[in-house]
Amino acid sequence: MTTSLTINGTRHQVDLPDDVPLLWVLRDEIGLTGTKFGCGVAACGACTVQIDGEAVRSCQVTLSDVWGDVTTIEGLGTPDAMATIQQAWVDHQVAQCGYCQSGQIMQAAALLAENPDPTDTEIDDAMQGNLCRCGTYTRIRAAIRAASAKMKEA
Amino acid sequence: MSRLGTIARRTFLIGSVAIVGGVAFGVYTLRKPAPNPLAPTEGETALNPFILIDRQGVTLISPRAEMGQGVHTTWAALIAEELDVALQDVRVLHGPAAKAYYNTAMMADILPNKGYDISGFQHAVGEALGVLGKLVNLQITGGSTSMKDGFVRMREAGATARETLKQAAANRLGLSRDQLRTEAGQVIAPDGTALPYSDLAAEAADIDPPAVTLRDAREWQLLGKSLPRVDMVAKSTGTAEFGIDIRLPGLKFAALRINPHLGGSMIGFDPSSAIDMPGVERIVDLGNGVAVVARNTWLAQQAVDAIEVDWDVSPNPPDTDTVFARIAEAFDTDENSAMRDTGDVGEPPEGATELSAEYRAPYLAHATMEPMNATALFTGNALEIWCGNQSPTFQQSTCAELAGLDPDAVKIHTTFMGGGFGRRGELDFAAYATKIAIQMPDVPVQLTWSREEDMTHDFYRPGAMARFRGAVKDGKAVMLDGRIAGQSAARQAMNRWIGLPPAGPDKIHVDGAFNQPFAIPNYRVRGYLADLGIPVGFWRSVGASFNGFFHDTFIDEMAHAAGRDPLDFRLELVEAEHAPSAATLKAVRDMSGWTGKTPDGVGRGVGFTYSFGTPVAQVIEVMDENGTIRISKAWIACDMGIALDRGIVEAQMIGGMVYGLSAACYEEITFADGAVEQRNFPDYDAIRMHTAPITEVSILETNTYMGGAGEPGTPPAMPALGNALFDLTGTRARELPFRKTFDLLI
Repeated sequence: MTTSLTINGTRHQVDLPDDVPLLWVLRDEIGLTGTKFGCGVAACGACTVQIDGEAVRSCQVTLSDVWGDVTTIEGLGTPDAMATIQQAWVDHQVAQCGYCQSGQIMQAAALLAENPDPTDTEIDDAMQGNLCRCGTYTRIRAAIRAASAKMKEA
Repeated sequence: MSRLGTIARRTFLIGSVAIVGGVAFGVYTLRKPAPNPLAPTEGETALNPFILIDRQGVTLISPRAEMGQGVHTTWAALIAEELDVALQDVRVLHGPAAKAYYNTAMMADILPNKGYDISGFQHAVGEALGVLGKLVNLQITGGSTSMKDGFVRMREAGATARETLKQAAANRLGLSRDQLRTEAGQVIAPDGTALPYSDLAAEAADIDPPAVTLRDAREWQLLGKSLPRVDMVAKSTGTAEFGIDIRLPGLKFAALRINPHLGGSMIGFDPSSAIDMPGVERIVDLGNGVAVVARNTWLAQQAVDAIEVDWDVSPNPPDTDTVFARIAEAFDTDENSAMRDTGDVGEPPEGATELSAEYRAPYLAHATMEPMNATALFTGNALEIWCGNQSPTFQQSTCAELAGLDPDAVKIHTTFMGGGFGRRGELDFAAYATKIAIQMPDVPVQLTWSREEDMTHDFYRPGAMARFRGAVKDGKAVMLDGRIAGQSAARQAMNRWIGLPPAGPDKIHVDGAFNQPFAIPNYRVRGYLADLGIPVGFWRSVGASFNGFFHDTFIDEMAHAAGRDPLDFRLELVEAEHAPSAATLKAVRDMSGWTGKTPDGVGRGVGFTYSFGTPVAQVIEVMDENGTIRISKAWIACDMGIALDRGIVEAQMIGGMVYGLSAACYEEITFADGAVEQRNFPDYDAIRMHTAPITEVSILETNTYMGGAGEPGTPPAMPALGNALFDLTGTRARELPFRKTFDLLI
């Protein structure tokens, strides 16, 4: 069946069974590969995207359940026009292998949108679903703090 | 000069060749030159190119793969330092599979010395032995060798390119080379005339490269600082291309199921329930499993899960207890190695206090964030493979054999890796993709493993056991006799790579135990190999990943038996043996404000391991929070001689420690019916944001020879945590993971 989706401001029509998870629609059908597959069971956060600004695990949202506009890492900013949070990631040299970072950034962006000045405990609570096997947590925390400060200035 | 010296010198001759629109610089290989993978014209100078300069600018062809460790950035910086070009103007590409790209540093590590105590002569022999790497096509990213491997070669390539470009400019301007200087990608004449390298490249190709002298470290502008990584913007914007992101026209997606009973074959399968499922295009018999090719990965996974398969049993022992009983039996066999044997460990000295302990470390999965995958396109007479990998030449030969092709007909495209940790040196992901692709000529197929397939079909860090006995007297260690039993990861891995398991003593099996810089007069470490067929491989820090825990925990037990402060006890023993190692202990003592005393509810432990040429000391602090223990703080000090990028070294030290803490706290692979019981992250968790300690790193640079950075941060994390838990609770856990003994925060 045909489903209509808005992803990063663009309308897409996809003809797929309605139980296909959003993750695979993004990656294999639309070609937005910035969103990553890590576990398929919402245990690692690599597939995090936003639906109407809320951070969700796209491996658990079926095509028929997409309730709003989807934003992926590609929609947050581009190499030539990075979002504040992405610039903070670069400034703090967060990524190592980089595979989990799209999900980390989408989760952090949703946190700051809702809570512009999070405490360490609030950062822990928001980010603990996002696994990083390279262990970049110290720099993720620093980048979130820096982005928070920057957004307050603006 | 001796023959070895001649060979070592000849390995570092820099040359150049013409390429389309420019010039390539690289290193001649000794005697019979290895074929040049980028300019294979008959009769042309054979060299392994590292730098291409053409109309597009400067490109580094990196034969080492980027898995997060920062090798692309630092190798680019090594070139840029001599070439006088801005780091951000160096484009970095993964090199192809080629003999010329063998790892010169890795083979040196096979020498049976401890590393920290080698003479200048042994070091030279090690460097000369590096050329043997070519014999087995050892194009490996691993063993924490990339900086040792590239440190001289990349700078010489950069310097040679610079001087050749200057000569080209001199010829054009009618000046002599020494009148010219270089800056920001240009040759500059005394009158200010600036000639961009890209304009000079074609002329430079006709010039014999002059001999060069490398710049003194005091002149370095880039090396030794913290540079912005060349891959950081791409990795912060979702535009970095991993193997799983390859998108080719007409690409199909595949999923697989391999016999979960490790090593077992497949008796048969019934595809009828899958064949008509949505999007399914093909079902492929893999011999020991089955794959489905479909319109997208999820549809392929659904279909492959629906297939009824009749699995044969595993040839391995069925369960964990039986596996460890077999490992324990190895203690009753002839020793494989006794790589440290000094003094007399028979009877402890008169009046000494004797102690003994048995330790156990589980099998572990790598659990890279990016599940195993590879993309393959077979055209009948050629094969292309796209995958993140640490071993392109072995990927090439393996896939060629499966496809019935000459290795030259197989092209390996190496991508970024979403974590490697040793897993991406294996060949299975590319092999399975090849098996599928040869059933579907001219159709590109991307095979992605589910997390469950990835976790249950790893080449695991071998489970291991240790039996240590020792003695202390007058506050000092006077005897240590350690025995370590487990499967040999090196023998299995080398057999998979080159079809030849190395015989003789397995140094890697006892690494992190036999080569620790402790001045103990009666000191023996022996290795015992367990005869088991469970798939095992290299896991970040390899043998040191269990031996660091065994050896350093026993040192801690000796300190307590001697009634000494555990940090002072180590420092005294290490200071007499290796000053840089002692300095790392002093650094964590000072950074952490170590007093040997902690308030109620707080525990601290120190851990120390010398591995991959780098001593690392760590102090870890734990806190009891209403009965749950949290790792609150950590201090790390390391000394790899020269830290080429301090920011990357800091990241590797923290990341290595976190990888070790994940294993120390939570991770264990167990077996039932010869199959792995853990299937996904809920069964195999790791350190996360709220369980990661606040960490401070000190990077020292006094070590005589250059050591590694990617792995040595991992081993000391496990004993440091165990020693801290002992300090907090008085309970000594001798088995990993610690969640089996303590209530740790998850």
